[in-house]
Amino acid sequence: MAETRFMTVNMGPQHPATHGVLRLLLELDGEIIVKAVPDIGYLHRGIEKLAESMTYPQALTLTDRLDYTSGLSNNLAYCLAVEKLLDIAIPKRAQYLRVLMAELQRIAAHLLWVATHALDLGAMTLLFYAFRDREAILEILELATGARLTPSFIRVGGLAADIPETFLPRVKAFVEDFPKRVDEYETLLTKNIIWKKRTQGISPLSGADCIDYGVTGPVLRASGVYYDVRKAYPYSSYEDFDFEVPMGTNGDVYDRYLVRLMEMRQSNRIVKQAAAKLPAGPVMAVDAPQVTPPAKDAVGKDIAALIRHFKIMEQGFTTPPGEVYASIESSKGELGFYIVSDGTNKPFRMKIRPPSFINLGALPKMIEGQMVADVVAAIGSIDIVLGEIDR
Amino acid sequence: MTKCADSELLEGKFPEAVKAVSEFRGETTVVIDKEWLRPVMSCLKVGEATRYDLLVDIAGVDTGSESPRFFVVYLLHSIKFNNRLRLKVPVAEGAALDTVSDIWRAADWMEREVYDMFGIAFSSHPDLRRILLPDDFVGHPLRKEFPLKGEDFDKPFRVALEEEKGNQTDG
Repeated sequence: MAETRFMTVNMGPQHPATHGVLRLLLELDGEIIVKAVPDIGYLHRGIEKLAESMTYPQALTLTDRLDYTSGLSNNLAYCLAVEKLLDIAIPKRAQYLRVLMAELQRIAAHLLWVATHALDLGAMTLLFYAFRDREAILEILELATGARLTPSFIRVGGLAADIPETFLPRVKAFVEDFPKRVDEYETLLTKNIIWKKRTQGISPLSGADCIDYGVTGPVLRASGVYYDVRKAYPYSSYEDFDFEVPMGTNGDVYDRYLVRLMEMRQSNRIVKQAAAKLPAGPVMAVDAPQVTPPAKDAVGKDIAALIRHFKIMEQGFTTPPGEVYASIESSKGELGFYIVSDGTNKPFRMKIRPPSFINLGALPKMIEGQMVADVVAAIGSIDIVLGEIDR
Repeated sequence: MTKCADSELLEGKFPEAVKAVSEFRGETTVVIDKEWLRPVMSCLKVGEATRYDLLVDIAGVDTGSESPRFFVVYLLHSIKFNNRLRLKVPVAEGAALDTVSDIWRAADWMEREVYDMFGIAFSSHPDLRRILLPDDFVGHPLRKEFPLKGEDFDKPFRVALEEEKGNQTDG
């Protein structure tokens, strides 16, 4: 018998199907993967270190650069942590708008995911449809926030500004139209025999394994484990909205696809409810003057307001000493911020719990023993964003 | 609330291990002795009344002071009881901590990140290497004494490179 020799293949870091700069070292026995070692860190910018040198309002801008496909979700998680530290209440209007924007952002992130994932597996047509609809969301978000990818719009204490008048009509038009668009994607993929052959039974992960590896988000739910931060620890008034948490059973690439498509429909429902029920009122915590800048006309007339304006703009605000953890269900999984405060205006330590990083840890388990051609399907199905993994 | 019950349970079961219990903004933090880390963690994971089966995150914290120099913070979640619990373990400079990567496999990468950023070693970890930074990186950047900017941060890359070359030929 001939001796067995394994071949080592280097996949990435510059590879279109690794969604950024992920490098995989694959040890192959023919076409079967014997061992997979992910190599990450090519996009490391030291966000946690940088945050320690910035005031709380400044550090918000770093969070946009984590998962750059869903900037508003990252803003929200960070603001929730700082607000928990400050122990301040946010007005209902701001909470509903936060939910509305976070869910639009989730749809946009999932659209980007389904477009690139299908492209990786050879179904190019979907890319054009999904990007068309993602563009519609980005335009709506740009209308309110002024930015497409890095909004920094959700602020500690509420929102940077109220929404313009044209915002809600456009949101309502979008949510009316969107379910039909998801139907279109489904006709392209869900019963497509090629798509099924490429995804069904590929890189499965059992529910127990998912929990063991700390996997959260759609990947966990595709394996039949019910855990969604929006339901487990409702934040920002998610308990006011009626929505379901889509679940899968097999935990393979196909189920992850189905879960995400169903999630888009649920997010659409939430956006619809938030737009319909949106209460009137302020969008900043007016009873928390330490974080809320005074109104513009007051700054011109009142010396105390002028001083407060400059104090907030220049020094930010101080937080009580202590430590908090707050998390949200981002499009990738549980995104959490653990902040340790020493009572100054800068975070003493800001630890980010990046869902992509921890989900990627389960990749070797998913692909070992599988074919090398399925690695692309597996990576795509986790939905990684390297900006968040490497921080 | 069950949150307090879990810390009481720990105090009852491991009286020497629990050093302090604190509540802040509705979150329970238990400080435990590092010698007791593994028994406490195994008990929390498999215990019928606790079932902390999801390891959410491991964070290192540099206190910037002498004792303890570091805290390693474990954040646990129980899917069954929908509870969160935070455990903090004080670690001295240069001391190693037992790994929990065989209790939760999620800890593998999380511990590597703590090692990478703080230089805290985890004994019996299966693969303790740097994870985000290159293998030849010097220092552990999230330590408080690590500078935020390098000495040549404001120089163009080429100038910085030439200066480094010049230094090498001198030496």
